Amino acid sequence: MANLANYIVPVFVLGIILYAFHKKVNIYESFLVGAKEGIVTTFKIAPAVIAMVFATNIFLNSHFLEFVFSYFQPLLTSLGIPIQILPMAMIRPISGTATLAIMTNIFQNYGPDSFVGRLASNLQGCTDTTIYVLALYFGSIKVTKTKHALQAGLFADLVGIISAFIITWLFFG
Amino acid sequence: MVTYIWVFFIVIGSLFTIANGGIANLNSEILKGGSDGIKLLLDMLPLLVLWTGIMQIAEDSHLLDLFAKLVRPLLSKLFPSLPKDHPAIGYIASNIAANALGLGSAATPFGLKAMECLQKENPQKDTATEAMITFLVLNTGGVTVIPTTVIALRMMYQSANPTEIILTSILATFISNIAGLIFDYRKRRKNHG
Repeated sequence: MANLANYIVPVFVLGIILYAFHKKVNIYESFLVGAKEGIVTTFKIAPAVIAMVFATNIFLNSHFLEFVFSYFQPLLTSLGIPIQILPMAMIRPISGTATLAIMTNIFQNYGPDSFVGRLASNLQGCTDTTIYVLALYFGSIKVTKTKHALQAGLFADLVGIISAFIITWLFFG
Repeated sequence: MVTYIWVFFIVIGSLFTIANGGIANLNSEILKGGSDGIKLLLDMLPLLVLWTGIMQIAEDSHLLDLFAKLVRPLLSKLFPSLPKDHPAIGYIASNIAANALGLGSAATPFGLKAMECLQKENPQKDTATEAMITFLVLNTGGVTVIPTTVIALRMMYQSANPTEIILTSILATFISNIAGLIFDYRKRRKNHG
């Protein structure tokens, strides 16, 4: 399956190019037009990305989250939820790289086939970096009034975290 | 809303660091914050350029239209406010497809392009439209079908069965997305009175 996954991108790219060739599109010109747009987009999102990374760095390095979840520890332990998953679940909406680092750490220390390893795998798959994506996407088009977007995103994350735990427990518990 | 998070991160982060005697760390943290952002942008730039280039080819050959037509029945239910032939539909569909295949880096350019298309017909440029919010709910829910990165990492750490989490991931994703969509739907209904 993982080998098969290697084919996705090349097949996708080849398919697009061959189809365009068949339709007699000026492929090279099209690519240049699009690529230029990509550069423009990068500049457009730059302020939002820099702003978010700046704030995220300060927040994550303050270890405020660790402080908060030290209070939740007894509750989680009594529910049978492995404590190691909490940092990952809380950082997940903020930073993708930080989450991957924690997951790698869990794999290293407990193995990918442990309960917490499987839980981490499922958690990674079912949620995304909600706050970062919102800041990036809305920042790129300068939308500041985001209405209920954040609440909906975080609500979905919370449901995702809970269902990941229940599903892992049902399937592998 | 993003403003509040931003301020919250900086204020809480700074005060908590200072309270724990980490003023020196905070100082260097603030000074290098900008370069970390630039590093992330430089990582994104080549992928953005490459994928927007490739997708321009797909757009010019009308392959994107074809794809949009294919998924339109489903998407028009999710995005009732979008007209049937809205240019954003192809990009929304591509974004969801890329996310579904675990290609997060390819999904971002499509997503940004979709937002741009949606913004063009937004009468209030500083306010999110219904379609934008629904799109972001789907996006932040992470519609994963093949979690490529997770499988690769599981292989790296010698999992006996790296792909055993595919089905469970899909299930969890499905539930979280439905939850997000229901939340969004109810809010929308309420706003319409």
